[in-house]
Amino acid sequence: MEDRKTPSVIDRYFTRWYRTDLKGKAREDHCILQHSNRICVITLAESHPILQNGRKIKNINYQISDGCSRLKNKVSGKSKRGGQFLTEFAPLCRITCTDEKEYTIFSCIRGRLLEVNEAILDRPELLLEKPSTEGYIAVILPKFEESKSITEGLLTREQYEEVHSKRTNQQEPSLVQLAL
Amino acid sequence: MLSLKEKDRPIIRKLLAAGCCARCVLRFCCMGTSSSYKQSYEDIQKELLEFIGEENSQQSHDASGHTEDPPNKRIKMEDAISTDDSVASEEPKTDLDICPVCLGVLQDFCNQTFVKQVSDAVKKEQYVLESLVLTVSLPAQLSVREQSCWLHVKQEVRDKSMCLGKDDVIQVKDAFKWAIQGKIGQELGAAVLASSPFEVGVGFAHPQTEEDCHFLATTCPDCFKPTKNKASIFTRMAVVKALEKISDENFKRRYPCPPKKPSSKCTALDTTCLHTSVFTAGRYNKYSRELPQTPWVIDGERRMDGSVEELIAAPLLSSFRADGFNFSSSGREDVDVRTLGTGRPFAVELLNPHRVKFNKTEIKKLQETINQSSDKIRVRDLQIVTREATSRMKEGEEEKTKSYSALIWTEKAVSNTDLEFLENMKNLKIAQKTPLRVLHRRPLAVRQRVIHSISTTYLDTHHFTLKLCTQAGTYIKEFVHGDFGRTKPNLCDLMKTDADILELDVESVDIDWPPAIPD
Repeated sequence: MEDRKTPSVIDRYFTRWYRTDLKGKAREDHCILQHSNRICVITLAESHPILQNGRKIKNINYQISDGCSRLKNKVSGKSKRGGQFLTEFAPLCRITCTDEKEYTIFSCIRGRLLEVNEAILDRPELLLEKPSTEGYIAVILPKFEESKSITEGLLTREQYEEVHSKRTNQQEPSLVQLAL
Repeated sequence: MLSLKEKDRPIIRKLLAAGCCARCVLRFCCMGTSSSYKQSYEDIQKELLEFIGEENSQQSHDASGHTEDPPNKRIKMEDAISTDDSVASEEPKTDLDICPVCLGVLQDFCNQTFVKQVSDAVKKEQYVLESLVLTVSLPAQLSVREQSCWLHVKQEVRDKSMCLGKDDVIQVKDAFKWAIQGKIGQELGAAVLASSPFEVGVGFAHPQTEEDCHFLATTCPDCFKPTKNKASIFTRMAVVKALEKISDENFKRRYPCPPKKPSSKCTALDTTCLHTSVFTAGRYNKYSRELPQTPWVIDGERRMDGSVEELIAAPLLSSFRADGFNFSSSGREDVDVRTLGTGRPFAVELLNPHRVKFNKTEIKKLQETINQSSDKIRVRDLQIVTREATSRMKEGEEEKTKSYSALIWTEKAVSNTDLEFLENMKNLKIAQKTPLRVLHRRPLAVRQRVIHSISTTYLDTHHFTLKLCTQAGTYIKEFVHGDFGRTKPNLCDLMKTDADILELDVESVDIDWPPAIPD
């Protein structure tokens, strides 16, 4: 593969933010791509268990409870009226792998849900092959006045890499600890 | 000469007794000849008194020449109105006696001194003028006083069964304009035209009598709702509306008829000058990838120096000596995109220009000045256009085509033959979700767009030039990289490899406006 001479679309226009071990579950890491215009794209971080060990996806479900489906989200107008408002631990979808393990993907930030990625319903392999672009989960618009503060509790790319390398160094113990 | 009729006599006498000024008397006589108001105040007053005197001499066989005292005595004796003692017993004198109806607007302010004062204020602004129109802003309480005076005369008029309607009374505003605007025009060497693009605004205030309006708030609370932008709820419009609703009896109970004499005249507000906007148009090229079209501000901080609109507008502002500008164009390009070819149509609205006439050579020179000021942009076809014509630029936006040239990087190594299939694609239909980069300020939608034709120039194994002719409104960057798969199909899909856009140029904006100006 040819080395890119120039930064990618994500490098050029987005800042990468991370939330690791979501809800205390080991390695369930999320990546939040924030555009300079404050819009956020929620994706799986490359270290997420779904993307490890050649796992396959059985099912992706945006129906997060009996009364609430993210697929029913509709926004209208410039101000995106009508979009579901999400808090940081609001579930976006549940993903079941062929080994029957189920994972919940969370919003990670407060904001208005603009869209979820319906393409991954038909082609779950997009999520595995291109988790940070075509395999994104959802697009969220933070409130204007919160566009800076929503990332305060998140890890930077550097901090995330640090967490990641610590794990690799002491892989077994940390896994055991977290599992307990 | 004033063309007064017999039936005006009782009205004149009653109004003079109430202390009304000579021009207000003419107004309530429904004198519609504008030239009457132009005469000097003293002349109008003299004629009025002579007219009353005539009647007087006819009736009492008094000697003519002593016109001043006898009629007033008569008025005093004959007037059975139960108004308070402040009712004038002398005829109004300009400096001492202020008219209770116009509060002096039709007295001193119609003098040559005020004409000079207004004209000097306009001259100071150094407009190049051909014509002007005068606008007048009067204190709201003048409407209350007008109503009071009307009710005062109406009583008398009804007894004499004359047909005089409120709408036939000449308005203070019109009388004032008739008296003064010709003189201001003369002083400035400009014609007075109702349709003139240049407006001279004169305003008056009279704080002493502002309370005149207050009783209306209790009779018609609905008319006086507080609004955000207005300093006082007693606006002219609200007062007029409340006056339409109140009955004559109720009005007379709450407000004296005729109105009380004030102790001072109005004060004149600063004269304002406003020329309607002038529109210029042309086409521009942008040769820099570090120049935004409009100033780029994030969180109040300026990103990058300069902008296309500022480079174009600065010389226009100084030549037209305008207060400000509004820039618009047929679409816009990103900061890192160049606009080549014959350029992008634009229009600049110049606000309150002090000079508006330019011949073709002068406009050509102005274009040169813009072009010499920077090598980042170039302007052609600069011209003065009408406001209406600028809409042509926006009309064309959706239906017209645009041509682009883009430098593409592909992840997979490609050869010349790998690009051939692109050239065969004609009228490729694509579906674009609103790109993430503009989604914060545009509605979310899926838009169908057509890429009419594609051509390519192979550069090396990972780079080629992509030329596109597209329907206006197609987002090119997103067509290339796919925008997280939100533009379908995109170049990555078509070529089955990751691809990115490194550079983009607009080659043409196919709109036939503004017309080309030959060199």
